[in-house]
Amino acid sequence: MITAERKPLEEIIAYVRPFDRILLVGCNECVTVCAAGGRKEVGILSSALQMAFLKQGKNLQVKEHTLERQCDPEYVEELSSMIDGADAVLSMACGCGVQEVARRYRDKPVFPAVNTTFMGASERQGVWAERCQGCGDCLLGITGGICPIARCSKQLLNGPCGGSTHGKCEISPDVDCAWQLIWDRLKALGLENRYEEIIPAKDWRTGRGGGPRKIIREDLAE
Amino acid sequence: MSTKTPSRLEKILAAGHRAVTSECGPPRGSDPAVIEKKAALIRDHVDAVNVTDNQTSMTRMCSLAACIRLKQMGLEPILQMVTRDRNRIALQSDILGAAAFDICNVLCLSGDHQSFGDCAQGQNVHDLDSMQLLQTVRRMRDDGKFLGGDDIARPPQMFVGAAANPFADPFEIRVLRLAKKVSAGAEFIQTQCIYNLDKFEQWMTQARDRGLTERVSVLAGLTPMKSAGMARYMKNRVPGMDVPDEVVSRLADTPKEKQPEVGIDICVEAIERLKDVEGVAGFHIMAIEWEEKVAEIVERAGLYPRPEV
Repeated sequence: MITAERKPLEEIIAYVRPFDRILLVGCNECVTVCAAGGRKEVGILSSALQMAFLKQGKNLQVKEHTLERQCDPEYVEELSSMIDGADAVLSMACGCGVQEVARRYRDKPVFPAVNTTFMGASERQGVWAERCQGCGDCLLGITGGICPIARCSKQLLNGPCGGSTHGKCEISPDVDCAWQLIWDRLKALGLENRYEEIIPAKDWRTGRGGGPRKIIREDLAE
Repeated sequence: MSTKTPSRLEKILAAGHRAVTSECGPPRGSDPAVIEKKAALIRDHVDAVNVTDNQTSMTRMCSLAACIRLKQMGLEPILQMVTRDRNRIALQSDILGAAAFDICNVLCLSGDHQSFGDCAQGQNVHDLDSMQLLQTVRRMRDDGKFLGGDDIARPPQMFVGAAANPFADPFEIRVLRLAKKVSAGAEFIQTQCIYNLDKFEQWMTQARDRGLTERVSVLAGLTPMKSAGMARYMKNRVPGMDVPDEVVSRLADTPKEKQPEVGIDICVEAIERLKDVEGVAGFHIMAIEWEEKVAEIVERAGLYPRPEV
């Protein structure tokens, strides 16, 4: 999923200060799962903002609404009945959702209330970690199911650097060395020999190197 | 053994001599006198001089410019190149730039993470990794081709090297990693600083068993310790460094003013012992900001005078 974290309240307050009526929009997908921008977080942020402005003598009107999926025009359309009653939109979706709202409602200011962080997985209750950078040409089939692009600090494709110590990355003892994990997994699979195969210079065009990407499925596109 | 490049280092190794290399770190400024002064201290005692590439991610004078200064002084530079800061266009371009000044040794590295340096807020590049950079230089030299496939007019004549750290984890992968670098095109290897001689010898045995020492020249890396404090720092704070307790305590048990001398003793003793290790083709003496001691180390280790080739 796409993970996110709420921005500091002061930053959000600075965005909405010029306005009296805010439409605060959550999303029921990834940001709900990572507890950053679902219905519950919309309610908490709404109360926090109203309280903060009340202290300054301002009665901020906040209309709360959580969409099924904010990156999907079909659901974003739902806001059309509420948009005129708001001076600005505050979105708690990932950057995709924020941009979809901005695209649909061109004359309405839209502000992000969360920082979109990474594509990751839940490691345990309350902990998420990066797993994928969407390079567009998945290597997991040859790296033991562990991605060196997302999980090695230097995205090295051919093994650990000289900074790998006790299974940890040179940048921090809190970061696992991806190549230690890959090696351990290749061993568990009896595929140690695969380590010696050199992965040649990667074609990054399928990733960010190729500019903004788009998928067009001829069989589905209208 | 025939040579493929005009590299003096390659000729020394091909002739069966033990090679001696050292390094000069470029300054954090534009004064060429700094690099020239360091070079003058070591020039008669080494066969070639590594010029580091923004080591520990601190912004410095570029390796290529400093290599050109050394070349103009008549020294033989080894251009260190990290894949952290430049994409494949810039790396290939700098290789051609170096070749334009007949710099004919290159050391391919990934580089320390930028979080250690003065630009921790920057991005790293790592378009290629060190293996792929080795492949790239070999392709440019041997096939006369750019990575993109086009022909190179006057291909670079570079003797190609890589680093190896016998002490990083996982240990069991370390010789496989050396094998991989050799397959990628490494012709010489300079190792991480060696303090744990037993572990290094174990690594060399594995490398010999795989026949790697017949395919690549391994230069054993050594850094003399200036003090017990430095030894503790290297042991505890530098990732991938293995400093045994005996080394730390030998320095710590020495009066402070004598510690530099003992640091040099430890270094010379290590060279003496490693000379007898089959497959060690030479020594890479990294006297960090202590270049004035290189001559003494080389002489005391019986590696002076340097052979003519």
